[in-house]
Amino acid sequence: MELTSYGPRSDGSLDATFAALADPTRRAILARLAAGEASVTELAEPFAMSQPAISKHLKVLERAGLVSRGRDAQRRPRRLEARPLALATEWLDGYRRHWEGSFQHLDAVLGELKARESRRGRRKP
Amino acid sequence: MPSPGTLKITTPSDREVAMTRVFDAPRHLVFEAYTRPELLKRWLGVHGGWSMVVCEIDLRVGGAYRYVWRGPDGSEMGMGGVYREIVPPERIVTTEKFDQSWYPGTAVGTLVLVEHGGRTTLTLTVQYESREARDAVLASPMEQGVAAGFDALAGVLASMGRAA
Repeated sequence: MELTSYGPRSDGSLDATFAALADPTRRAILARLAAGEASVTELAEPFAMSQPAISKHLKVLERAGLVSRGRDAQRRPRRLEARPLALATEWLDGYRRHWEGSFQHLDAVLGELKARESRRGRRKP
Repeated sequence: MPSPGTLKITTPSDREVAMTRVFDAPRHLVFEAYTRPELLKRWLGVHGGWSMVVCEIDLRVGGAYRYVWRGPDGSEMGMGGVYREIVPPERIVTTEKFDQSWYPGTAVGTLVLVEHGGRTTLTLTVQYESREARDAVLASPMEQGVAAGFDALAGVLASMGRAA
């Protein structure tokens, strides 16, 4: 990972990455491609979706640079492009950890407040 | 509704970051934990050896708040701002600025609490003055907390690791 390459960016590519990842089917496609390249037919198999529907998702993933097409002209296999995904993860990591750590402590504080309130017979302050 | 404990981070626009998290508690308690200094000091940014040494809250519209954290090496980080809207127990809008700000301008944070069946969905949206400011915030190496299992991104990366 080249840490120098993910500083302040204004090209919008991270927004495209996050938009592409916002959909569960697209995340499942990426997880499948993580195991190796696959054709559209193979990708459509585990989903209750038509090939055109899968192709639509693939277009979004391709535009975000997350998926590319292999050289085999017949199968046109898709494969995962790991770099944008890794960049997006790295980018969010510090922010996420800060808030995850905080919210875990907040869980504990709320647990105590709830216990205190139920001891008082559920009266609200 | 997502299950408690899962933190979701999104970028709703090119100047914003939004976080969503479900808590297993009614929202009046979440509101209390967010606005009472003795409670806030126990959870906000206090991990990885950091503690909150100043927590002042003047909870009224136009009132100021100020937080200062101290790190394990003794360094301090302060931030503060002004309350713009306060609607207990559902909404707070504040301005926010760090003392040694590494991004330009003042940000505006909107906290929204929605309660369903005794659980509260917290959404915190922070709007920065520019995309550059937002990106600088997200890229900053904040102190390391406890990394819990997170989301699909982590799952995809894990499966990439297995495939490699």
